[in-house]
Amino acid sequence: MSVETLFALTACALVGIGLYGLIAQPHPLRKLVAFNIMGSGVFVLFGALAKRGAAAGLAADPVPQALLITAIVVAFAATAVTVALLLRLIESTDSASLAEPPAKD
Amino acid sequence: MWAIDLWMSTDGGALLAAAVLLPFVGMLLGLLLGGRWLQRVAFVLMPLGLALALAITAAWANTEGPLVYLLGGWSPPLGIALRADGAAVAMLLAVAGVVCGIGLFARADFGLGPDAPESRGAFAYWLLLLAVWGALNLVFVSGDLFTLYVALELLTFAGVPLVCLAGSGETLRAALRYMLFALCGSVLYLLGAVLLYGGYGTLDMPLLAGVVQPEPIAFAALALMTAGLLAKTALFPLHIWLPPAHGGAPAAASAVLSALVIKGSWFLVLRLWLDVMPGVASAQAAQLLAGLGAAAIVVGSVVALRQQRLKLLVAYSTVAQIGYLFLLFPMAFDAAGDMVLRDLAASAGVLQAIAHATAKAGMFMAAGLVYAALGHDRIDDLAGAARALPVAVAAFLVGGLALMGVVPSGAYLAKKLLLASADASGQWWWTWVLQGGAAFTAGYVVLVALRVFARPVTPLTELKPVSRLSQWAALGLAVASLLLSLAAVVGPLPAELLAKAFSLEELGTMLVLFGAGALLAAALARRPLLGKPSSAVRPGLGGLGTAFEAGDRLVRQWPSAMLALLLVAGTCGWLLARA
Repeated sequence: MSVETLFALTACALVGIGLYGLIAQPHPLRKLVAFNIMGSGVFVLFGALAKRGAAAGLAADPVPQALLITAIVVAFAATAVTVALLLRLIESTDSASLAEPPAKD
Repeated sequence: MWAIDLWMSTDGGALLAAAVLLPFVGMLLGLLLGGRWLQRVAFVLMPLGLALALAITAAWANTEGPLVYLLGGWSPPLGIALRADGAAVAMLLAVAGVVCGIGLFARADFGLGPDAPESRGAFAYWLLLLAVWGALNLVFVSGDLFTLYVALELLTFAGVPLVCLAGSGETLRAALRYMLFALCGSVLYLLGAVLLYGGYGTLDMPLLAGVVQPEPIAFAALALMTAGLLAKTALFPLHIWLPPAHGGAPAAASAVLSALVIKGSWFLVLRLWLDVMPGVASAQAAQLLAGLGAAAIVVGSVVALRQQRLKLLVAYSTVAQIGYLFLLFPMAFDAAGDMVLRDLAASAGVLQAIAHATAKAGMFMAAGLVYAALGHDRIDDLAGAARALPVAVAAFLVGGLALMGVVPSGAYLAKKLLLASADASGQWWWTWVLQGGAAFTAGYVVLVALRVFARPVTPLTELKPVSRLSQWAALGLAVASLLLSLAAVVGPLPAELLAKAFSLEELGTMLVLFGAGALLAAALARRPLLGKPSSAVRPGLGGLGTAFEAGDRLVRQWPSAMLALLLVAGTCGWLLARA
């Protein structure tokens, strides 16, 4: 098995774990962690794809690296905003539940 | 669409960069100068931005092909290009207009004048309004899929805090749900973009359009990106976050969210399907998008008719209207499944999006004014509102009429284009959906009209004063939507489209739609349309109304929404691969 395949399989596993967490974990913080795991899977895949540039005689394609660093910053910002929202939610309701209160008639 | 030389900046291309920069410069200036100045900066920027959008329109009209600006003079694939074709220019102009209207409205609620105390909510509002504007402009002019990813994230980060400006637990929960679900959409979009880069080595849209082939990697990428964008647009059954977020936010924020924010991700679906990967997209998968749209129209409209609060009615109307925005996709294909009617479908889509943006902004503002004046927005207790708040109520009803497609509204022309396309491609079933959607819209307009014109049991006395400027801003936007098709035929569309607009035949169709709408409202509303307001809640047409409400609650549970997201991605990919 080549290194690229190993990376690609790792990426698949990470995306799968993240997806499972996003569906099955009710706590918003766990969902957020799951989002980050899934995102990491995408980043690993992108990093592994850079290896394809080697065909052109370079050590690796540099573009994915540049895009990756931006994507990581975006994911970091998203995580920060979500944590801030979650903290405010806990502060004002004493609960972190995402479930809507039952409809009143 | 990209036949002309795209690797050089065109005259006026720099205007595109200015349109993106202007709102963000305003944001930074406002942050530096502090609260009192922020609103002044925003009010200077709004007419400036509108003028800039007009200048871009003029430059586009004088250029053959799209406007192009290469950042730093570097050409793709290594550099980043900003491009604006007709659709992008129309959206830029419409967004600038709607932002100005919303800004005028918001002055009363979020004023930062010398006598008003500087509040965090008001300060955040103006910053976020500018951020949404800048992010949307970037979405419209971005030339590559990665810049678009960043632009979409900016749009989400600006939109989410707008939901919870009030800071109550309920709105914070709505904002968090919105954020988390939108993030799921982002990851799927990014995964698709990464796959495309892996397959073709570029993310620049025209370059990609030239090399992309109908093969598994492109199918997977398009399906993942589409599903992610649908989650951000809140197309049924992925509307988990929309009703609480749009219904709970302050009116000035709801107007931004409903009129503008969802259009960003929708516009990108349009780009992907019609411009970047027309050879990968298939008629069958387009039927899926429009099928979800049809489901959105039925469920959104029925649940809208069942709402007790005016703002939630408008929010569910948005769920239904988002469905309408996706009906254009099968219309781009002819009976043989080739994409030959692309321009027709794209024009109809952009027109519908602008019509919805203007009308829905007006309707949300009107609902907010009613709430502010009466102290509540319970639909059943709105009797007498028409007399007490004539301008705001007129804005609501005119907006509703414009959405249902009364001549000469933008929605009328969009529907006409789509009907012509459905006719030409032999897809008669969408004719029924298009007309049915208009009838449903007529239904909730009739419902609200009957309530506001009813005679109150006790005269309305304790009315709080509401800003006159806000009322006229709402009415202005609604009227703009009602007159949009006139503007469209003055602009790029052929004038003969409106030739038969005022004929007896159109009048007859309109009357039939109104009749059907009234019947739907009578059958499905919570309480009888006429008669005593205190009568008991009805299940609506043999329990159909309550059944739809229960179904809506079920698909808006988190696990079911996530599974629906995966199912949409999977089905879309399977349909793409089958063609």
